[in-house]
Amino acid sequence: MAKSKLNKVLSGPGLAKVRTGIQGLDEITGGGLPKGRPTLVCGSAGCGKTLLAMEFLVRGVQEYNEPGVFVCFEENADELAKNVASLGFNIQDMVTKKKLFIDYVYIERSEIEETGEYDLEGLFVRLDHAIRTTGAKRVVLDTIEALFSGLPNPNILRAELRRLFRWLKEKGVTAIITAERGEGTLTRHGLEEYVADCVIMLDHRITEQISTRRMRIVKYRGSLHGTNEYPFLIDEQGIVVMPVTSVSLAHPASTERLSSGIPRLDIMLGGKGFYRGSSVLVSGTAGTGKTSIAMHLANAACKRGESCLYLAAEESMNQIIRNGRSIGINLEPWVKKGLLYFHSTRPTFYGLEMHLVSIHKLVLEQKPKFVIFDPVSNLTAIGSNAEVQNMLMRLLDFLKARGITSLCTSLTHGSSPIEMTEVGISSIMDSWLLLRESEYNGERTRVMYILKSRGMAHSNQVREFVISNKGIDLTDVYVGAGMVYTGAARLMQESKDEAETFARSQETGRLKMELDRNRKIMDAKISELRAEYDSKEQELKSAILQQEIKDKILAADRGILAKKRKADA
Amino acid sequence: MKKKSTTKRIAKPSVKKIKEVPSDLWNLKLYVAGQTPKSIAAFQNLTKICEKYMLCRYKIEVVDLLENPQLAKGDQILAVPTLVRKLPVPVRKIIGDLSNTERVLVGLDLRPAK
Repeated sequence: MAKSKLNKVLSGPGLAKVRTGIQGLDEITGGGLPKGRPTLVCGSAGCGKTLLAMEFLVRGVQEYNEPGVFVCFEENADELAKNVASLGFNIQDMVTKKKLFIDYVYIERSEIEETGEYDLEGLFVRLDHAIRTTGAKRVVLDTIEALFSGLPNPNILRAELRRLFRWLKEKGVTAIITAERGEGTLTRHGLEEYVADCVIMLDHRITEQISTRRMRIVKYRGSLHGTNEYPFLIDEQGIVVMPVTSVSLAHPASTERLSSGIPRLDIMLGGKGFYRGSSVLVSGTAGTGKTSIAMHLANAACKRGESCLYLAAEESMNQIIRNGRSIGINLEPWVKKGLLYFHSTRPTFYGLEMHLVSIHKLVLEQKPKFVIFDPVSNLTAIGSNAEVQNMLMRLLDFLKARGITSLCTSLTHGSSPIEMTEVGISSIMDSWLLLRESEYNGERTRVMYILKSRGMAHSNQVREFVISNKGIDLTDVYVGAGMVYTGAARLMQESKDEAETFARSQETGRLKMELDRNRKIMDAKISELRAEYDSKEQELKSAILQQEIKDKILAADRGILAKKRKADA
Repeated sequence: MKKKSTTKRIAKPSVKKIKEVPSDLWNLKLYVAGQTPKSIAAFQNLTKICEKYMLCRYKIEVVDLLENPQLAKGDQILAVPTLVRKLPVPVRKIIGDLSNTERVLVGLDLRPAK
């Protein structure tokens, strides 16, 4: 049973809500403010209460066709119109179209004499009249607490305010009541006692000279809501609330691969380059060529005809273009074509949230396919590591959700461990290229390796990173005799090796020749012996023959002799 | 002469102004919202004070905001009943049922505040 109850709350059918139309506020309230009920917006001076209330009405008119009534106790209608005109709200127009009714309630304590019992029926009548003439669904009372200083007898006031909020509920209008923050209480005069359905607190804090506005939903009866403090900002289009982390990790994963513009790097990245929509981190110590890599990628993206947004936090556009030329990359045509858009700002120019929102806006305006943030480590100047990490996470989520490939460069300080980024963002990155310099033999050389690259078989080799006027090239480092050589040392070692190889091959040749000669000597000797043997054989054979002939002659001679002697045998 | 009357301090300038502005010296507007006990009391208290201190040189206009809500904006009416002294200038506002005569007189500038 408890479960079904919970489900009911989660799906939220019980409570009707009114969308405010304010970016992000509807997300954290789970759909808007409670319909037909008053909401208390409290905060200290200058934190944006009036603006939030006004935007609620303006969006109501513009986006939901719900007319509104604005009762102001502090500014008159003209002042109010001027103040919000800077945010692009043309309320004068809405007023003439009777979509918006602005009632300035002015009370001057010194002009008023209290002479007995009274009530605030006059305010009710005015509100009722305003709601009737416009058919308002939304009402704002800004700042009703001004009544406490304007009218004597707070007891009557309290009773009347309680009646007013009840009356507003009966009218079925969704109301925002703003109130000044008090000492130790949400509001100075304890309005939260009467308006208790939904309380939103605005805050304006300054940390290290940079201000951030924050919003928190203190309570929301009958609804789930985000409980965190959400940073928000006021820009030329009104209030933007940033939910701190993205709602879900459900961004699409493309299998398309993008070339980095450095052929050898593509080979290292499984032969094809980065995934589209992935986030790439290039980290390294100062002067290791992070920006050069970024420029290569930007150039490659523009060559593919994809628009690219370059957020430069350190250098101006012209400087980057000039430096690009020195390594053979000309970014200027892309800028002229409108494919490459530079946005250079110092991080300290405004707070993290403002940065995030300005990037959001740029991305939505420019619709880039590729975003470069160079370098992100600079942001630590305006926020703690946790805040920067948080901001980058939101930024990357935002980009990933739109399938935008991103490249962030990060400066690592020489003293810190090399495999640690300044802002601890490595875990949210898909690919991480690490640039390092090694000093050896009186020269510094750059090496690069891929620390990680999700979803692809990437090279585990350290490559030497050579920047020339033709761009970046990666070469094999010399690995031999248990040592890694780069730069001049590599060249020296290579030539040394070559000499050794030459010497060795000469030696082999010599040995081979000697063997050959020996064989030839042997062969000569063999043929000499054979010749000797042959002549001897010949000699002996003829001697044997002569002996045999001699023997035959002797025998024949003996026969003849015997015949002659007339031997009796 | 009327110099000896109890309201001698205000009677003198009043007499002067009567010559310049013979009618409507006191132009008063009483804003109410319906016939509530408070508004009836306010009207009664007001007429009493006027009779006594303004010697018939006054004009009271009663505005019922329930009938004419748009009139509330002009005089910045918030609380009811509210009595607005339109003339003589400057405009003065007195809220409440006017039961505290002393304060009404102060509010109407008929008596200096202590």
